Amino acid sequence: MLGMIIGVAAVVLMLSIGQGAQATVNQAIASMGSNLFIVLPGATSSGAMRQTSGSVQTLTLGDAQAVAGLPSIKAVAPIITGTAQLNFGANNWSTVVTGVTTDYFRVRNWSTEDGEVFTDTDFRSAARVVVLGQVTAKNLFGDEDPTGKTIRIKKSPFIVTGVLAAKGQSLDGRDQDDSVFIPLTTGQRQIFGSQFPGTIRFMMVQGKSPEVMEEAESEINQLLRQRHRLAEGVDSDFTVRNMAALAAVATGAAKVMSLMLGAIASVSLLVGGIGIMNIMLVSVTERTREIGIRMAIGANRRAILTQFLLEALVICILGGLAGVALGIGGAWAVSRAADMVVVITLGMVGLAFFFASAVGIFFGFYPAKKAASLRPVEALRYE
Amino acid sequence: MMSVQSELSAEPLIRVDRLCKTYSLESGVNGTVNSQVLYDVSLSINRGEFVAIMGHSGSGKSTLMNLLGCLDTPTSGHYWLAGRDVASLSEEELASVRNHNLGFVFQGFNLLKRMTALDNVATPLLYAGVSRTESRQRAQELLQQTGLGKFSEYQPNQLSGGQQQRVAISRALVNNPQLILADEPTGNLDTQTSGEIMGVFERLNREKGITIVLVTHEDDIAAYASRLVRLKDGRVIHDSKVDS
Repeated sequence: MLGMIIGVAAVVLMLSIGQGAQATVNQAIASMGSNLFIVLPGATSSGAMRQTSGSVQTLTLGDAQAVAGLPSIKAVAPIITGTAQLNFGANNWSTVVTGVTTDYFRVRNWSTEDGEVFTDTDFRSAARVVVLGQVTAKNLFGDEDPTGKTIRIKKSPFIVTGVLAAKGQSLDGRDQDDSVFIPLTTGQRQIFGSQFPGTIRFMMVQGKSPEVMEEAESEINQLLRQRHRLAEGVDSDFTVRNMAALAAVATGAAKVMSLMLGAIASVSLLVGGIGIMNIMLVSVTERTREIGIRMAIGANRRAILTQFLLEALVICILGGLAGVALGIGGAWAVSRAADMVVVITLGMVGLAFFFASAVGIFFGFYPAKKAASLRPVEALRYE
Repeated sequence: MMSVQSELSAEPLIRVDRLCKTYSLESGVNGTVNSQVLYDVSLSINRGEFVAIMGHSGSGKSTLMNLLGCLDTPTSGHYWLAGRDVASLSEEELASVRNHNLGFVFQGFNLLKRMTALDNVATPLLYAGVSRTESRQRAQELLQQTGLGKFSEYQPNQLSGGQQQRVAISRALVNNPQLILADEPTGNLDTQTSGEIMGVFERLNREKGITIVLVTHEDDIAAYASRLVRLKDGRVIHDSKVDS
């Protein structure tokens, strides 16, 4: 009974943790945006030295606009980034300042919680406007409403047009809400002062659908090689990363973890089942005389078999119920104590329960069979 | 249902012919040791008889009872119960015979411990496929008849020996058997209670015509019977009517 409770509880708990991990990963992937490529400059070799991507600035705003014109591409978000000190009144906060176009918010599928994002007009006129991430807004303003207020970025005043909705952690573990966004043009001209005007840090490219991703990748490669005048056989001075592939890897890893936890829990369920078989075997021996009496008053083998199978099943179902309760309680405790996302689905509970019953029948069968095959005289004579 | 009632009444209820029983004991050193308990027992018991089987311990009387009760199978010989050759019956049919045609009463009562008196009496009916309500109703009637009506919800360990044996007799009677096999039914009871229990058997035999086969080693218990069979070392040494 206890074995069964622990077994079922372990299955429910492990599955819920596994599912929770999967849900966390899925959420991170969804928050990134769908059908995404990231195009990074670099991966060049100057002489024999291969340099890391991003070490040179070979991508321009023009490249981004050209990529946006490709048939399989839905939107392109060129991006520049830098770190800057922010001030509002007496508060100050250092964070990542990202220069983007209005397309960025569409590509990331990121809306505002309060106010609006800046407009195309702001972009063209390089206006001093800023959209705040949740964490930054909290750090600068506390409970105050930031929209319409003026903050200083590297001492220049910017008007806050809105605050973005919370997005949580990215796949690499950064807090995406600790950031501010300004028009790309403003960033280039007034904040980051680039060595080569018109270059961008990287760009996010969104394909039209999951099916055209491969096609889109080759189109981007072809177009950019053409624009960068790279001869046949020369390495590209940029890198195209398919985020969908990355997402698939992350999802796969979470799935494997979920499966592994499930497998471990199943072993404990199996051990619980063997425990039940032992209990039932002892019970058959203890009740040999009872079996003899039942046979003497007319129970046939099937009746004895059914009785003991039912008993095993009842133990398993009761144990299963208690185990499900314990497992849900445990999952709740884990989510409170370790601040983890746990997901409990009805299917999962059903699965654990189903296995508990299956284990009951499977391991109950041998003792029941043993009871039913006793010879009436011997069972009656048993002391 | 077995159609035993429809058999010719000329046919004896029990007919055993040269019944032998040998137990094989597994012994570590000597391999199997055979010990013969019954030698060519032939016996015939008619409907309505009240037979006492006597003998010292080891005389084979309990073995004979187990064979008559279809709890065990003979090594050789034949046993016809109401005209049917028991050896030809399957495991399933034997269970059915025990359920419908026989009633057992044991020395140690052999009631099911965790059940009430009522459920104990009703259990054979449940195995016979009778509905729960009907079984309980019939069980209650029988308990009433044996004077235990108000003890129906008691568990066996809350009842006295005599009361437990009455519950056991009610259980034996619940399926209206033609034959009751009683293996030292008074062995665990004091003299007065023994007398009461024997009175119950006597009434069942006289008033309902139920055949009773009783094993005992007490002469005054055997005196209730109308026929006495003595066993010694696995053989019938005496078989006669008794004047009552």
